[in-house]
Amino acid sequence: MNGVRSPILMTTTFPETISEPENIFAEMASAVFSARNVDVYYGEKRALVNVSVEIPRNQVTAMIGPSGCGKSTFLRCLNRMNDLIEDCRVQGDILLDGEDIHDPAVDVVTLRMRVGMVFQKPNPFPKSIYDNVAYGPRIHGMALSRADLDEIVFKSLDRAGLLNEVRDRMYDSATGLSGGQQQRLCIARAIAIAPEVILMDEPCSALDPIASARVEDLIDELRQKYSIIVVTHSMQQAARISQKTVFFHLGELVEEGETDRIFTAPEDTRTQAYITGRIG
Amino acid sequence: MERQMDQDHIVKSYDEELAQLDHMVGRMGELAARQVESAIQALVREDAALAQKVMAGDIEIDGMETEIDTTAVRVLALRQPMATDLRRVIATMKTAGSLERIGDYARNIANRSQVITALPGDHGGIRVIERMGGIVNEMIYAVLEAYHNSDAERANAVRLRDESVDQLNNSLFRELLTYMMETPSNITLSMHLLFIAKNLERIGDHLTNVAEHIHVMATGEVPEWERPKVDHSSQIT
Repeated sequence: MNGVRSPILMTTTFPETISEPENIFAEMASAVFSARNVDVYYGEKRALVNVSVEIPRNQVTAMIGPSGCGKSTFLRCLNRMNDLIEDCRVQGDILLDGEDIHDPAVDVVTLRMRVGMVFQKPNPFPKSIYDNVAYGPRIHGMALSRADLDEIVFKSLDRAGLLNEVRDRMYDSATGLSGGQQQRLCIARAIAIAPEVILMDEPCSALDPIASARVEDLIDELRQKYSIIVVTHSMQQAARISQKTVFFHLGELVEEGETDRIFTAPEDTRTQAYITGRIG
Repeated sequence: MERQMDQDHIVKSYDEELAQLDHMVGRMGELAARQVESAIQALVREDAALAQKVMAGDIEIDGMETEIDTTAVRVLALRQPMATDLRRVIATMKTAGSLERIGDYARNIANRSQVITALPGDHGGIRVIERMGGIVNEMIYAVLEAYHNSDAERANAVRLRDESVDQLNNSLFRELLTYMMETPSNITLSMHLLFIAKNLERIGDHLTNVAEHIHVMATGEVPEWERPKVDHSSQIT
C-alpha cells in the first residue's frame, strides 16, 4: 500500500462480538467455501471431476494447474458465473458459510455481492474513476447520501492502494489510468460492495512486474478482511501470496495443502511434475 | 527419485544445468576421497612427496566449491527451482560445503604426516589411523553413490557407519593417553596422531551431515534419526 493508511485499516477486522482469542482462531480456521463432489459439464465434456475442497477464511488460496485443467471453471462456480454459459451444468454442493449457493432461495445478485470477482484484463467501465467504484454501491442501494457514497468510494480506493494516486483526478476517465492502476481500480470496485470473498482470475497476467508486485502486496493486505481465491499461472506468485494451494490437472483436484509444503515437498507426482516445469 | 522422474523438464537447458551440478558434486567428492586416501598413505608410507601433493591439491577442491556455489546460485536466480529441484540445488550447495571441509582435514593430515615421519617413538597408532581412514574413505564413496541415486536408505547406512569411526577414535585416545603418561618423550608424536584421529572423526561427522542433506533431498523431510554419538573422547580423563 502506498501512502498513509486510513484509520479503518488499523482497526480490528473481527466482529466485536467475538472477544475470546480461541473464537478468533476458530473463525479464521473455518472454511468460507466448502465444495463437495462438484462436477461441471460443458455439454458432453466433463470439465471438473468430483472436486471437494475447503476454502479457508481470511486466507489467500491459490489455484494452479496447466491451461484447461479446470481451475477457472471451478472459480466461476463459486459465484455462479457458469450460469451465464449455455450448456454448462454444475453438479454437487457448494456451500458459502454453510449455505448451498444453488439453493432456490439464494438470490444470484446477492451471491455475487458477497463473492466479488476481478478478471485477468482490467475492465474499468468507460466512466470516471469515482463512478467506477460508486457503481456497485449505487445499484445495490448501499449509500443513503452522497456523503455515504463518498466515504465508500474513498475507503475502497484507499484499501486498494490507489487513493493517493487518483485523489486529484477522481472525475477523470478511468480508461486514462495505467494498466496496474486500472487493475487496482477493479479491485477497489470489487471491495466497494463489501464482499466476503474476492475471486481473482489471473489478476496480474496483463501487468508489468512493478504493477504485479503492487497487486500482490495489496492481496496480502486484503486477506485481513476478505477471503481471497486467486487463479494464477505463475507458480512463483502462488508461492509468494497464498497460504493454501490447490493443484488441478485434467479437471481433477490432484493435491491441496499448505503452500509452503506444496512448493517444497509435494506428495503427488503430477504436482511435482507441474511445479518443477515437467508438464505444462 | 525425482531426477529419475520419468519426465525431463520442458526447458532442456534446465535439465542440463541440474545434471552439471550433479556431475560437479560427484567430481568434487571423488577428489576429496582421493585426498583423504593419499593423506593417509603419505602417513603410512612416510611419503613426503605425496603429502606435498595432497597439500597442493586442496586448492582444487576449494575452487570446485566456488564453482558449484556459483552454478547453484545461477540456477536459483534463473530457474527458480521448485520442490525436488529446489531441494536438490540446496543439497548440492550444502554438500559442496561439507566436501570442502573434508578436503581441509585431508590437507591437515598430510601436513602432520611430514612432522610425524621425523619423530622418534612408537608409531603403532598409525595402524588404527589407517583403519579409520579406510572406513572414512568407504563412507565418502558410499555417500556419493547415495547422493547420485538420491537414496535416503543408503545415506542412513553411511551415517550408521560413523559409529565405528567414533569408537576407533575413542580407543586410540585412551591408548595414546596411557602411552604419553608412561613416556613423556612421546607426547609430540602422540599429540599429532590424536589430531589426525580427530580430523578423521570430524570427516565422519561431515559425512553424516551429507547423509542428512540427501535424506531431505530425497524425501522432503528432515530425518528423525537418533544420532549415535559415540565420540566420548571429550569425557575421558
